Amino acid sequence: MSGSNTATEVANVIPDRIKSRLEQSLKSWESLLMLVAIAIFIANSFASPYFLNAWNLSDATFNFTEKAYIAFALALLIIAGEIDLSVAAIIALASTAMGAAVQAGAGTPVLVLVGLGTGLLCGAFNGLLVTRLGLPSIVATIGTMSLFRGISYIILGDQAYRGYPADFAFFGQGYVFWVISFEFVLFVLLAIVYSILLHKTNFGRAVYAIGNNPTGALFSGIRVARVKFILFLLTGLMAGVAAICLTSRLGSTRPSIATGWELEIVTMVVLGGVNILGGSGTLPGVVIAAFVMGLVTFGLGLLNVPGIVMSIVIGALLIGVIALPRLWSKWKHR
Amino acid sequence: MLRKLITSREALLLGAIAVLLGLISLRFPNFVAPSNLASVFNDTSPLILLAIGQMIVILTKCIDLSVAANLALTGMVVAMINVAFPNLPVAFILIIAVMLGTLMGMVNGLLVWKLDIPPIVVTLGTMTIFRGIIFLISDGKWVNSHEMSPAFKAFPRAELFGLPVLSWIAILAVIVFTIVMTRTTFGRAAYAAGGNSHAATYAGINVGRTQFVAFTLSGALAGLTGYLWVSRYAVAYVDIAGGFELDVVAACVIGGVAITGGIGTVGGALLGALFLGVIKNALPVVNISPFWQLAISGAAIIIAVTLNARANRRKGRIILKSAEQPA
Repeated sequence: MSGSNTATEVANVIPDRIKSRLEQSLKSWESLLMLVAIAIFIANSFASPYFLNAWNLSDATFNFTEKAYIAFALALLIIAGEIDLSVAAIIALASTAMGAAVQAGAGTPVLVLVGLGTGLLCGAFNGLLVTRLGLPSIVATIGTMSLFRGISYIILGDQAYRGYPADFAFFGQGYVFWVISFEFVLFVLLAIVYSILLHKTNFGRAVYAIGNNPTGALFSGIRVARVKFILFLLTGLMAGVAAICLTSRLGSTRPSIATGWELEIVTMVVLGGVNILGGSGTLPGVVIAAFVMGLVTFGLGLLNVPGIVMSIVIGALLIGVIALPRLWSKWKHR
Repeated sequence: MLRKLITSREALLLGAIAVLLGLISLRFPNFVAPSNLASVFNDTSPLILLAIGQMIVILTKCIDLSVAANLALTGMVVAMINVAFPNLPVAFILIIAVMLGTLMGMVNGLLVWKLDIPPIVVTLGTMTIFRGIIFLISDGKWVNSHEMSPAFKAFPRAELFGLPVLSWIAILAVIVFTIVMTRTTFGRAAYAAGGNSHAATYAGINVGRTQFVAFTLSGALAGLTGYLWVSRYAVAYVDIAGGFELDVVAACVIGGVAITGGIGTVGGALLGALFLGVIKNALPVVNISPFWQLAISGAAIIIAVTLNARANRRKGRIILKSAEQPA
């Protein structure tokens, strides 16, 4: 969905002097976000005596790791000018598929394959709708969001799947070393992989090119449809990974699993400085945004703030981060 | 030509609804009895009201995902006002509901108009904020039937010429907004703003303000529906109408409203809502679990939007392959 007020937008002014690299990086969105993260960290440690504890901090990472896996892939998709609102529904469907596999007597390796496979299939379905049928991704994925979760409801109804094998618990509850959880290690690994993919490869350049000007990209020889399809596949795959970790952590599957996560994940991406209309954004920004959101929800949790109030904060954060820079530039241009 | 296309599309949808009803009536003749059809219409009225508002918003190239949350918040506020002041006449409640809904619509509209924030981001945000506010003001508690005054609950059910007031309000809204969209400057401006915002700007239309008005109307309708919903079901809590915004968008898309803006009619939104309403009411009759409903609306959205895309593509004119097409 485009902002659509292009006619009234202020034209980009070409600067007569290019700012120094240091000045640029200091004034960047990422460093601002880093300051916010540090401020929240300090505020939290004053607000609650339980905050500065290695195990508590380790627990806090579970608030954002699973969502961040998806946010990494979604960031690329949004930079390329598309969006996927069905990610939380893919988690529900993948989790349901794994639950069904458990009932059929599957072991942990099969469960992982089922989870990843379901994610890939859902991503491929979204990708086909957008690249083959030419549907706007926002409506297509609003549709698949109902469809995927709907299938989950058809299979499970008001029931739940339990009885996951004991070694399956490692993904969501296991620790690699002392307080460093498997989920956190995976978070760091994926952050590195996606940063390299976006910032150091031809594929990453293509993603930016498509987001800025899809027609121009096409005429420069980029296979636009294929790149977009791969991005939908990656997003589906990451939703599958998140489904494995979340299911393993909760130990049960209900069709309402991960309800509303699409909002938090989109918020994370936008908070990370990715332009919702595509074309710009960085992966390190999304990584810092994941920490910010994790720290905020964890800090509020320590202060016994109920979950729904946290969702107000997240909603306000989503609007606020986009509104403030625009208010600022309006005020400056007066 | 364009007019013909639109009317034929609505005729197609009407035909689809007729076929659907025909198939159901083969096994369950009682379903198409006039009294049952009237109750299906009444049941679909809230969806019709919201779909009209959503249609106008989508026309201007925006989307309003906060309508269900707006409905729930307004419903909770009027229910709590009713509990606190049981003697307040229904007319006041109606005014409060519409004003509150309008206010929330204006917040969305202002953020889109003045700050140029993408509508999907604005309304995803306000959706959670509105829901959160319901929790804050109600403390997570329910307002139940026995706490509401009889007059408060009776209004949408009162019968007028054989139909409940709720149905009449939906019918009235369809008529009023058909006139607004086809016979007023705002209606033309809405089509122009969504169809080609640059051309609209040069034609002297304030695109941002048009979008603002669209959001305000959508909010007003959501507020009105909030009272009707809460009084009809005689209960208010945080999660009422949860996920209803998707049904509303689905009704519009099925009704031929183009998500890219500029194309759509009130009649289309009405038929799209009725299509979903018939399916929803038929599921228990033909003995399919209500758990199927979500998947069916999802599939309906995808199929409808695919058909829309095909219909729009057939107009020709593509000389160079565009990037959106398979490369």
